[in-house]
Amino acid sequence: MAAKVKITIDGREIEASPGDRLLWAALDSGIYIPHLCGIREENHPPASCRLCFVEIAGMPNPVTSCTQPVTAGMVVYTRSSQVDRLVRRGFQLLLSAYHLRCGECPKNHTCEIRRIAKERGLKLRVKDLRPLDRDLPVDASAGDFVYDPNRCVLCGQCAWACRHRAGVGILGFVRRGMERRIATFGEAPILASGCTRCGECVKACPAGGLTFQKEASG
Amino acid sequence: MPDVENHDELRQVTEILQRHSLEPGNLIPILQEVQEELQYLPREGMRLVGRSLGIPEVDVYSVATFYNQFRLNPPGRNQIKVCLGTACHMMGGYIILDCFERRLNVHEGETTPDREFSLERVACVGCCTLAPVTVVNEKTEGKVTPTRVDGILAGLGFKKDQAAGKVEAEV
Repeated sequence: MAAKVKITIDGREIEASPGDRLLWAALDSGIYIPHLCGIREENHPPASCRLCFVEIAGMPNPVTSCTQPVTAGMVVYTRSSQVDRLVRRGFQLLLSAYHLRCGECPKNHTCEIRRIAKERGLKLRVKDLRPLDRDLPVDASAGDFVYDPNRCVLCGQCAWACRHRAGVGILGFVRRGMERRIATFGEAPILASGCTRCGECVKACPAGGLTFQKEASG
Repeated sequence: MPDVENHDELRQVTEILQRHSLEPGNLIPILQEVQEELQYLPREGMRLVGRSLGIPEVDVYSVATFYNQFRLNPPGRNQIKVCLGTACHMMGGYIILDCFERRLNVHEGETTPDREFSLERVACVGCCTLAPVTVVNEKTEGKVTPTRVDGILAGLGFKKDQAAGKVEAEV
């Protein structure tokens, strides 16, 4: 392992390995940066949630910290008016297509969405975007867990977990644009698609898309 | 769908696979060739392609549903294309599409079980003054109304309770 280098995040000096991605270096040092799609083990992060923006001294625009490698002497700011604007809008766009209803959600208070809203003081109610209520059918075929595509943020964590942690690979993105969703081959029920019910996808889900049945009833 | 046909399709897919080196990068050329030969991508064919290339089946499905050029249902003997370009959209093209969907009892992009009619949406056919436009077997129908939808279908030999009957027969 390469020698540690010092970087400064929000005025705090922390140690990190050069080449590590900034998001994880910050999180390891207890500095929170909102993120949904980031996968630590993945060398080519999708950078699709657009929530982990930071400003780095010397760079003209905010960058996604999940794709940014650490270099010695880097000076990072996790908050700035530009970053806050980007994160707020990205978060609102996600929520406009998200069936919130926290009271009915099995992951109420434990999901990453609530955490981001709390950490950054963002509102969960989106007023200036037309909500996209897709009203997709909920898939409870697996028994142990439930897949609600209406509470999916399309981060891709479940598909990655299904492929790399479980080694099964039945989940993936299908369709395009507004129709994009996580599904199985032919959009068949999860159980009928060769699911081993290992639950890795449910553990990986940061939102209310995949929840254990236990949580649902309790 | 008869098994013989299915078997035939799979044999054709196998032949196409033999002409390519089996690496994930060749997925799209292979799918394009399958579609060229079969006019659509059969489900079992997509599974076979996925297995042969060593990628999850859902990845094949993902690519096939991402690109508009791929169709997952065989084209019908009569192809109905409803225009939903800007002008047609403003003139209620989606109402016409809905009419066809209800009459034929299929969704956009699907084919009736007897393979007589397939329904598609297209972006613009280039005669916006006639909006809303529907192209039926290469023939352009302009200023389509829900009544005209019935007329078009009747002209193609579609019987009113045909679709409903089909569903009952299936159940």
